[in-house]
Amino acid sequence: MNKSFLEVDGLSKVYPDGQGGDLTVFEDIRFALEKGEFVCIIGHSGCGKSTILNVLAGLDEASSGNVVMNGKEVKGPGLERGVVFQNYSLLPWKTTLNNIVFAVRARWPKWSKEQVREHSERYLSMVGLDHALNRKPSQLSGGMRQRVSIARAFATQPELLLLDEPFGALDALTRGVIQDELVKIWEETRQTVFMITHDVDEAILLSDRIFLMSNGPNARIAESVKVDIPHPRARATIFQNPAYHKTRDYLVDFLVNRSGSALPEKDGSPKFVEPARGDATAASAATESEAESAARAVNA
Amino acid sequence: MASLNVRAALLSVSFLILALGIWEMATQPPEAQTGMTEYEMLMGGADQESRVPPPSAVIKLAWAELSDPFYDAGANDKGIGIQLGYSVYRVLTGYLAAMAIALPIGFLIGMSPLMYKALNPYIQVLRPISPLAWMPLALFIIQDSDASAIFVIFICSIWPMLLNTAFGVANVRQDWVNVARTHELGPLRTAITVILPAAAPTILTGMRISIGIAWLVIVAAEMLVGGTGIGYYVWNEWNNLDLASVIFSIVMIGVVGMVLDLALGKAQKMVEYKE
Ligand SMILES: Nc1ncnc2c1ncn2[C@@H]1O[C@H](COP(=O)(O)OP(=O)(O)OP(=O)(O)O)[C@@H](O)[C@H]1O
Ligand SMILES: [Mg+2]
Repeated sequence: MNKSFLEVDGLSKVYPDGQGGDLTVFEDIRFALEKGEFVCIIGHSGCGKSTILNVLAGLDEASSGNVVMNGKEVKGPGLERGVVFQNYSLLPWKTTLNNIVFAVRARWPKWSKEQVREHSERYLSMVGLDHALNRKPSQLSGGMRQRVSIARAFATQPELLLLDEPFGALDALTRGVIQDELVKIWEETRQTVFMITHDVDEAILLSDRIFLMSNGPNARIAESVKVDIPHPRARATIFQNPAYHKTRDYLVDFLVNRSGSALPEKDGSPKFVEPARGDATAASAATESEAESAARAVNA
Repeated sequence: MASLNVRAALLSVSFLILALGIWEMATQPPEAQTGMTEYEMLMGGADQESRVPPPSAVIKLAWAELSDPFYDAGANDKGIGIQLGYSVYRVLTGYLAAMAIALPIGFLIGMSPLMYKALNPYIQVLRPISPLAWMPLALFIIQDSDASAIFVIFICSIWPMLLNTAFGVANVRQDWVNVARTHELGPLRTAITVILPAAAPTILTGMRISIGIAWLVIVAAEMLVGGTGIGYYVWNEWNNLDLASVIFSIVMIGVVGMVLDLALGKAQKMVEYKE
């Protein structure tokens, strides 16, 4: 079997529940990402998505399991993994440009001043912020701040980009515009991206695959849904693709009806489904997991 | 709002004139009496000398002093500029020494919960001690009055800086520290490029409190050790019963204190950031 670019094996996170016992937020998380893939993860609030992403980033430690990237175990944060935080996390005392320069300099310490500046400006212009180079983050709107944050992450050209609900705090209009920009940058760079979102349409627009998480505690990544829509995609026209609607219906059904009971394959890897194929996978997955949850309920 | 500023300035000036007017009236020497009372004759008129001088007398003296602030006519007769210079020199020396110690240790305490817990009891006991209580010990150990005054300044200005630095450093937003971590910055670079600028406003607040306290304390310290400085000057003029000089130097103490505070306020503005 070929090794994948990123392999996550048996990840779990346990917190004390405050009453002397343990609370297992998620357990036995297993998945693999291929180089150049864009994968979104969807799940109800509190199921542990951010925790998984922070473990991948090296900012948090799992209670068990391990993460291997490029054959090397991930221990602690590193420049080969870039993170876009939900709250932007720009350094407020630096200008827009200097926030990027800060990252680029950390990535390529040997570069000359001009080289760093030119590289930084290029990524800022990719997100349409050429005019705001010398403004401080406090003088930018939320959307502009998130653009800077995205530019910062892409500018360091990490092998894996981790995005934690990057558009969660933005209004729908701004969100659409920045999604388009993200699509554009991604088409140009084809970086491997792992992104958390609550927005089904956003996930379909951006991803090659979508991971569906069951509810916590003891949450799992139950399914891996293929988005069978060719790149390049555009927000304005993606609705016309029949695969779009099938995928969307499938995701919504999961989130509304099945997220409480869905389970992965017996070996712990997510069930692979292709809703666009229109085959019975979805239905059978549904009935199967319902049967299993019934069995679980009986056991409990 | 220039008009607001103008109106405020006008009001300020009229308050000043009013206050000085009342003061002047209240300190008018009594009408020249036909003759001295028995008591006054006994005092040889000295009673009049020792009443609070009117502002006009103080202003006249201020004018004379400020037109030649740096004259030096022996141990007990130096210009106000020289005396203030001694005080400012002592304050700055003690203050810079305190800074050199408080900032690194504050960083250490702020970054390490272990060090915080280990050192906190000592800080809590040492901090409330009046700086002047150290004076006898300082004089005994250092055996030098000038250095002892500087030591007292050092000990009184160290605490606000130390505690504010520790607090500022400990409360740097975890997000920013995470930014440093994901960019693989080493501990030193993280401290300099992320934690220092993030904590700078809090640190400068501590530094501003410290300079205020140091300036309060130097006057008392110089009254004790004597020799030179504005504190000694005030005390000396009081012994000479020269109340106009006492009032004049009180005003000068206020002015210099304000200048020191303004300077730190400017520095504070420079490192401030909006989130
Ligand atoms: N320090 C902690 N102690 C106990 N429980 C914690 C702690 N930190 C997080 N949790 C729990 O871990 C769970 C997962 O948190 P996480 O932030 O990863 O969820 P999430 O899926 O990202 O949610 P959201 O979609 O709301 O962002 C939550 O239920 C939370 O209560
Ligand atoms: Mg989250």
